[in-house]
Amino acid sequence: MPELPPVDQLTYEQAFAELEKILAEIETEQRSLEETMALYERGQALVQHCANLLDKAELKVRQLSGEELVDYNPPD
Amino acid sequence: MDAFPFLQPVPLTVTELTRYLRQLIEGDAAMQDVWVAGEVSNLSRPGSGHVYFTLKDSNAALRCVIWRSTAQRLRLSLQDGQAIEAHGYVGVYEAGGQYQLYTDAVRLAGEGLLFQEFLRLKARLEAEGLFDPARKRPIPARPRRIGIVTSPTGAALQDMLNTLRRRYPIVEVVVAPTPVQGEEAPGGIVAALADINRLAHPDVILLARGGGSIEDLWAFNDEAVARAIAASPAPVITGVGHETDFTIADFASDLRAPTPTAAAELATPNRADLLADLDQRSRRMERVARDVISRERWSLEERRGRLERASPISRVRSERQRLDEISFRLGAAMMHSLQLQRARIEGVRTRLAALSPLAILERGYALVSHKADGRLVTRVGQVSPGDALDVRVSDGSFAVHADGEASS
Repeated sequence: MPELPPVDQLTYEQAFAELEKILAEIETEQRSLEETMALYERGQALVQHCANLLDKAELKVRQLSGEELVDYNPPD
Repeated sequence: MDAFPFLQPVPLTVTELTRYLRQLIEGDAAMQDVWVAGEVSNLSRPGSGHVYFTLKDSNAALRCVIWRSTAQRLRLSLQDGQAIEAHGYVGVYEAGGQYQLYTDAVRLAGEGLLFQEFLRLKARLEAEGLFDPARKRPIPARPRRIGIVTSPTGAALQDMLNTLRRRYPIVEVVVAPTPVQGEEAPGGIVAALADINRLAHPDVILLARGGGSIEDLWAFNDEAVARAIAASPAPVITGVGHETDFTIADFASDLRAPTPTAAAELATPNRADLLADLDQRSRRMERVARDVISRERWSLEERRGRLERASPISRVRSERQRLDEISFRLGAAMMHSLQLQRARIEGVRTRLAALSPLAILERGYALVSHKADGRLVTRVGQVSPGDALDVRVSDGSFAVHADGEASS
């Protein structure tokens, strides 16, 4: 297995895509116990990471200003 | 006095007459679905919630009623002196002896023309294929970036942001501010759609505006806006006005939402669903891991059994067992052979016993032997007169001397 990036550096999309891949792999292919457990642990970390992102994310809002993207400030 | 009392027609009661008129009016299809233009006067809103007014023009007046449930849904707030168009059916209020317009919709005078214009534009764009379902692009299930084209100060924007925050806070939002009503709105919306696609590359765009009058929403019935929506590289979800408002923009968009909030909902998965989905995936992984562990455990168990069977201790044990077995078989064989021998000996002894000379003596025969040397006498010639002999019979022997001549 190639070196994987740390789970907490992944975006939700990346983490979710990897989770899908792991599930597809361990559900369709016979793998050694060691490989399965490594995939399982990685998968559970991905699940946790995704759930954390959903729970803790702050909506990031910007707005167009001319040709620029600037921070959005809600009107008072 | 009455010359022909029997010819006097029977009078109708007031009720009968009124009912007759009511049937006449209410049976006329043209009176059941009618728009009437006039000016509002004598507007009254009693505590019942129903609304009463008179529509008049320079020559006539028409009583109008709006029931409470309908009045609550009206977008237009009626005022005395307002020029409006009212829609409904004409019926008769029997108790008051009045015919009146039971009103279910009102609009400002002139909106009828706008509506005609709306229908013509819609038909033209439809014929051109701009609203073709095949043109509609799918809305991505989990967008990374959402573009919002709306007024920066409207409540609609806050509604959408709150909805996105609640449902899918990991999405990135880019707002392209534009006026959404008035002269500048159509051009602003067209430019905002182009800019947001070019500068932010959103996965989906929400084009939205809160509720308002038909004039307020008119920018969304603009041809250039409809074409800009159809030309947008990113799919567009419209959420304009209220549920009952349909604009040209709604027809041109990839997905029509009834309100701005609903547009934000249609653009995003729900966090609760996502968490449930993650939970389900986690359990699927757990199941696979458990299966693999039990598969490995079984396989380990099986190998342990094989290993045990091959171990030295087990060898010794099984050798000992073999030895025990052999020694048992040996013992058994010896016993058998012993018994066999014993039986043979017994047989021989019986036969021997039958051949014993003693047994013959028993039958009256005697053995004669020389006293001197024990030689048995089996021939006449072996004995001379005067020889000392032993005669042996079954229970002992006695001595004799030979005295006569031999005879044969």
